[in-house]
Amino acid sequence: MKDVKGLELTIFVFFFAAVTVVGFAAARWRRGQTLMHLDEWGLGGRSFGTFVTWFLLGGDLYTAYTFVAVPAAVFAGGAMGFWSVPYAAIAYPIVFLVGPRLWSVSHRHGYVTTADFVRGRFGSRGLGLAVALTGILAMMPYIALQLVGIQAVLTVMGVTGSGLARDLPLFIAFALLAAYTYTSGLRAPALISFVKDTLIYLTIIVAVLYIPSRIGGWGHIFDASQASLAKPNPATGKPSGSLITSNMTHWAYGTLALGSSLALFIYPHTVTGALAAGRRDVIRRNAALLPAYSLVLGFLALLGYMARATPEVAQGVAKAKNPQLAVPLLFDHAFPQWFTGLAFAAIGVGALVPAAIMSIAASNLFTRNVYTAFLRPDASPAEETRVSQLVSLLVKVGALVFVLGFDKSLAINLQLLGGIWVVQTFPALAIGVFTRWFHRWALLAGWAIGMGYGTWTAYDTSSPTQKHFGQSLADIPFVGHTGYIALTAFVFNIVVAVVLTLLFRLAKVPDGTDETTASDYTADADDRPAEPGESGDPGRELTPAAG
Amino acid sequence: MTEPPSAGPGPVSKIVAGVLLVLPFPVYLAVPSYAKITPRIAGFPFFYWWQLLWVVLTAVCIGGAYLLTRRNDGGVR
Repeated sequence: MKDVKGLELTIFVFFFAAVTVVGFAAARWRRGQTLMHLDEWGLGGRSFGTFVTWFLLGGDLYTAYTFVAVPAAVFAGGAMGFWSVPYAAIAYPIVFLVGPRLWSVSHRHGYVTTADFVRGRFGSRGLGLAVALTGILAMMPYIALQLVGIQAVLTVMGVTGSGLARDLPLFIAFALLAAYTYTSGLRAPALISFVKDTLIYLTIIVAVLYIPSRIGGWGHIFDASQASLAKPNPATGKPSGSLITSNMTHWAYGTLALGSSLALFIYPHTVTGALAAGRRDVIRRNAALLPAYSLVLGFLALLGYMARATPEVAQGVAKAKNPQLAVPLLFDHAFPQWFTGLAFAAIGVGALVPAAIMSIAASNLFTRNVYTAFLRPDASPAEETRVSQLVSLLVKVGALVFVLGFDKSLAINLQLLGGIWVVQTFPALAIGVFTRWFHRWALLAGWAIGMGYGTWTAYDTSSPTQKHFGQSLADIPFVGHTGYIALTAFVFNIVVAVVLTLLFRLAKVPDGTDETTASDYTADADDRPAEPGESGDPGRELTPAAG
Repeated sequence: MTEPPSAGPGPVSKIVAGVLLVLPFPVYLAVPSYAKITPRIAGFPFFYWWQLLWVVLTAVCIGGAYLLTRRNDGGVR
């Protein structure tokens, strides 16, 4: 066990304590008439403006795991790890197209979750359930992975120990997070995201300006990384990576970016953040403003090269056999202790915001699309909120058990699968806001094929260290290149959905009723006289109203 | 899709906005076109500065599409 670094840890604990106070105080921030309604607890009163939404979605999408894993990928593999930059750019035109329509229809019909929309649009509780379960399954390991981010910085700060002593800090952090999420709902992460994003921007700007000047400039960083990446990896005997993609990896790079960009705005936690916006225009503006975070992500990814170009850090990572430590070790090496503490606090607080939003998103999905839809159709808004609060606690306990009880690689594998799964809800959700051409059962069948193909193919991949779930890439049938499994599965999904839709229409299989109208998709804040405390599903009465 | 009766964006604005929104996709998906070390800028290989530059340009494209499709009353399409 290394010595605990006092000053770093003190600053880290200080920020953790500060955001805990903010988290509890958030219950009073912009308070509505009651917190016991999902619009309030689960969507922060559906009232956030452009500024708050920018911080909230930024804090939501760019997670602690991202901050640790993206530079780790660049550190380990070079250019291939940089795919998250094109992904984080091309996701936003999709957000601009899909987001405002989803916001409008949800505003009009009081939808709280993605599955609420799918159920209402296609008149199918079953399709809604499929979307809800996909979302919940994808959220769980993602929450667990936020803990991995905290663990990485705790390890570097010397909080290692064994057994309970090692796990206790994580346990405390998650208990506090669970408590203020329970009381304050979405307002807690919204307010904390201001602290988180300020710390993140500060850390990255300082790192990008200061570290290169200390280790010989950007030119040197790239050259040294290139030389280091070209050396054969002891595990495989091949070079670890290269500074640019090769003929072997162009397809992988492009399909990873495109496939992931489809998923970004249909992940339940993203939609939860977006539906909390008060006006349609807030989403449209944010689609143009959120790429600021993508730029930060790009520079953050390059920290992986800084770590590789600093021999002490590269050796430290090799000794620990854990590329996830690349950025924590780099900060620890390059910064004075007090600033390292600040940077680690940024990663730690960066784990809390998305973990809170993800647990709220998963609980809302369970409450609305499993509990209310199938078990208690008459549940009152207060009952729904109580169920959501309890489920949010369960979800966090589950995530904790997951990380402490199982090998970390399980969470990472499942998160990889989660990405593949979420893309399979794109036709019902993101195409669904534009057209109802697809038949509901065809969408369900396409989803099942996509899920099955994606899961099976991912299971079949191996890596030097793992027999199954080794990577998210596999051969694309009929193309002869390696590509992102999610995108291949998505293509199969669409083909099945199109063919079956044509067959079902020919056979006149009954289509569900659509409770939405065309004008719902362009409605704005003043198009529905929203009363706080109004029943959760006013859609049916309001549907015929003209826009 | 029914058009709202108030002054919405004209067909030309919509087409230009559509082109702006699609543009980043071919740029980023043509991976071999930017998988190059040179020309370098400030030490950054082409592969990196080109993609970082396009993050900014993507934001500009979306901002342009936003302005083009804004309704006069501050509402939207």
